[in-house]
Amino acid sequence: MITFYAFLAQLIELIAALLLAPLLVGWINQCRAWLQNRSAPPLLQTYYTLHKLFHKDVLLAHNASPLFRAVPYLIFACMALASAIVPTLSTTLILAPAADAIAFVGLFALARLFIALAAMDVGTAFGSLGSRREMLIGFLAEPALLLIFFTTSLISHSTSLSSIVKTLASTDFIIYPSLAFAGTAFVMVSLAENARIPIDNPTTHLELTMIHEAMILEYSGRHLALIEWASALKLFAYSCLGIALFIPYGISATAGIMPLLTAAASMLVKLAAMGFGLALIETLSAKMRIFRAPEFLGTAFLLAVLAMLVHLLLEVGK
Amino acid sequence: MTLALNIPDAFSIQVINLCAAVMLLLGFAMLAQRRILSLINLFMMQGMALFASTLIVAYTTNQSHLYWSAALTLTLKVIALPWILHRLIRKLSVKWDVETIINIPTTMLFGIALVVVAFNVAQPISQLSGAITRATIGIALACTLLSFLMMITRSKAVPQVIAFLSMENGLFFAATSATYGMPMVVELGIALDVMVGMVIFGVFFFQIRQQFDSLDIRQMERIKEE
Amino acid sequence: MNELLFVLAIPLAASILLAFTGHRPYAANINIAGSLATLLAAVLLTIRIVRDGPMNVLGENFFVDPLNVFLIALTALVGFTTSVFSRPYMRVEHDHGKLSVGRLRLYHSMFQMFMCTMLVALSTNNIGILWVAMEAATLTTVLLVALYRTPESLEAAWKYFILCGVGIAQALFGTILIYFAAEQVFGHDPGAMLWTRLFERRSELEPTVLSLAFVFMIVGYGTKTGLVPLHNWLPDAHAEGPTPVSAVLSGLLLNVALYAILRCKVLVDGALETQFAGQLMMGFGLLTVVVPAFYLSRQKDVKRLFGYSSIEHMGLITFAFGMGGGIATFAGLLHMTVHSLTKSAIFFAVGHAAQMAGTQVIEDIKGLIRRSPTIGWGLMLGSLAILGMPPFGVFTSEFLILTTAIKYHPWATPILLVALGVAFASMFAKVQGMAFGEPTVKPLEHNPALLPVFLHLGLVLMLGLWIPPYLNKWFLLAAQMVG
Repeated sequence: MITFYAFLAQLIELIAALLLAPLLVGWINQCRAWLQNRSAPPLLQTYYTLHKLFHKDVLLAHNASPLFRAVPYLIFACMALASAIVPTLSTTLILAPAADAIAFVGLFALARLFIALAAMDVGTAFGSLGSRREMLIGFLAEPALLLIFFTTSLISHSTSLSSIVKTLASTDFIIYPSLAFAGTAFVMVSLAENARIPIDNPTTHLELTMIHEAMILEYSGRHLALIEWASALKLFAYSCLGIALFIPYGISATAGIMPLLTAAASMLVKLAAMGFGLALIETLSAKMRIFRAPEFLGTAFLLAVLAMLVHLLLEVGK
Repeated sequence: MTLALNIPDAFSIQVINLCAAVMLLLGFAMLAQRRILSLINLFMMQGMALFASTLIVAYTTNQSHLYWSAALTLTLKVIALPWILHRLIRKLSVKWDVETIINIPTTMLFGIALVVVAFNVAQPISQLSGAITRATIGIALACTLLSFLMMITRSKAVPQVIAFLSMENGLFFAATSATYGMPMVVELGIALDVMVGMVIFGVFFFQIRQQFDSLDIRQMERIKEE
Repeated sequence: MNELLFVLAIPLAASILLAFTGHRPYAANINIAGSLATLLAAVLLTIRIVRDGPMNVLGENFFVDPLNVFLIALTALVGFTTSVFSRPYMRVEHDHGKLSVGRLRLYHSMFQMFMCTMLVALSTNNIGILWVAMEAATLTTVLLVALYRTPESLEAAWKYFILCGVGIAQALFGTILIYFAAEQVFGHDPGAMLWTRLFERRSELEPTVLSLAFVFMIVGYGTKTGLVPLHNWLPDAHAEGPTPVSAVLSGLLLNVALYAILRCKVLVDGALETQFAGQLMMGFGLLTVVVPAFYLSRQKDVKRLFGYSSIEHMGLITFAFGMGGGIATFAGLLHMTVHSLTKSAIFFAVGHAAQMAGTQVIEDIKGLIRRSPTIGWGLMLGSLAILGMPPFGVFTSEFLILTTAIKYHPWATPILLVALGVAFASMFAKVQGMAFGEPTVKPLEHNPALLPVFLHLGLVLMLGLWIPPYLNKWFLLAAQMVG
């Protein structure tokens, strides 16, 4: 029974992620336009774009290797898996044993590696420039992300995402100063990892500043659609992870339909709030020079280290 | 009575710990700050965190003299000193940037190392203490050391002074968390010293600028070791 | 009525009075009168302590025992002679246009305030108040060092302030730690900061906390004592401040800071029952003897030269206290006394010499003895005394320190001897050049006050030949207390 329920919950989560991810992107764009006094594109714009791209032909560079063609699928798979293993609705999931925090970071690293390889594959200048910058950011962001997970793991004595969320959601209201630090660091890392302002601008194609866009310039048609969808999924996964780790109240730890429904409702509200928050951050901050990015991520790393230290000092042994 | 106090106790410990964490965070923020005005504001916020935690400790442990200490912190560290500093900055029309001797990311790394050291040093002390605030002794020491680091890595007079004052914050916090504050007469004496020191600083700023046309300490290299 | 109250109240009152009248021509006389009154009160206090033994004053907030009464008397004496010296000295400075009358007022008022803070630091029983008084002493001397408002003096004062500010903050943390340890024994009680009570129950204090506290204390107060590597402020402050301030800095303030360390050491020794504190002091002391000895030969400024010499002697005293035991502590206390007297006498002579030459550069000061035999010989004899020539008192104390070192820590003896030898060679050559040769200096327009110089040197000579029995008993009592 539990297995069946876990399977069902897992399925719902995966479908929800696949379907809601483009909506989240649309919602953020909506909020951003609203905050900046512009008229917004339709909420469902991302779906239209994806639909359009899937119906276009794929144009490949003549020297593209099979790797170049395989990478979009691989990335999409990675991101779909990542968003599926984050306990967004329930902690009783069939993939829960695999949902390890370190594996999660590994999934992102895998995707990053392949997209960087693919970008260099065709041999254009922008591609290698983009991958170089992406690797720089990844190399700074990954340790910070790992440390954030370690802090939460220290609190819950486990690296499994499900049990972390279960511990954090089920205990009485306790103020964890370390989580405040980790949360701030997490926001900073998420901004960098998802190519948002102030590190990267998702809508720019200005060669001096773009990072993520520079890597996917050579993609077209369904490949591009998959990559765009994967980016949306990545943002969704990060948002869900943020919610699961730092505001986990409402995620159902018990089996049942009703808890699942309330969890879904609270999830939607939190995601909407989160999207609005992201739009707010993007509106209020200016994109920083690429050379400042190491400092930004260094600060995130520092905060993550502090979170761990503060946890060890203040919260252990009580 | 003790039972009734238990739950608020647990909660106040959490709030005090939060204040401590905020103080540490502000310590780092000050270390990373490049603008003098923001630096003063951060200093004020640190004073506020100190005030809040002192107030909570006072309330939870029924130490009436800590209320006085909190009031002293509020008037001196949150209101008077930032106000004086703001005025000084305006009067002196100091340049807005903080200049550092070592670049900021490196300073931050040193800062982390100092925090680790402070936590290690404080560990045995915390274990001996029976105070509800014992866990924060390490943070207090860390704040002190961070200000110390800031003091030696800044090249302008005003940030050095802010670092000095924030060091005093850390020490007050240490006194509150380790021993529920020192006797009143001592705290008053310390406050008096800080105040007098501040006045002397103010006079000094003007003198230094008059003599060197700048508040940059690096200009002060006339005395050479032969 | 209690003499201690007078000892503390007179400088305070004089400071307030001089804050209003310090710019008048007769201000220097008020300064002297105040210092003399303090000295008389201190003498009466001393007589009483010798007669009646230790006592508490004002509840238990102040405390006088053989250890601090001897320092109080010394402080009052040197304070008095310095005020005598500063009368003509400051007049010359004023005539040369270096100081306005407003500055003179600041100087007179702060001088008395500085005396007051030091006397409070020495006599208080509360380790928190000790800290407050030390910080106040720093602040007043910062103002005094910056008196000339030249770029150099501002730089020296700023350096002094920042370094000592940092140092003294460490000392505050140490104080908090001691209070913390005391709280475990006494409970939450303001009395837990009183040194006498801590002393009574020192064996119950938590050793881990106390050893940590001592590290902070020695770093903190050590900065003010001028222990290497925290000594950087000292030569600058000595060179750039007015000479009377250099004299009291070297002669008194360093002693007071060392006294604070000593008080802590007694507590820590009681709690730890190991040599930890002593070894730490010996390490710092040895370093502080060796490093400045090698800096001496490179100095071009005469006041910097003697500033470094003060660092060296502080190192020697710290080393002596670190060794512990009756003889070494006795020697340390004796050395503290003779160093204060000799060094301030030297600064008095140097001050007038620099005024005659119009510069502090050693090479430009020549032929002092020809121009003014008293100043020249004062400087020469003072330097010989400070370098440890018999029959001066410095020889006696250094001899005692060295023999104790040979007996208990033979490894340290050659190091000390080399350092003292190097110091002797480099300083003697420089002072000889200043005292003899073709005069480059001009006579002074006012009669210099040389009574303090020869009074001090006479006392040092006497201490080298014969220590009066009551003084001897007193040193022994103090040495016994410190252990």
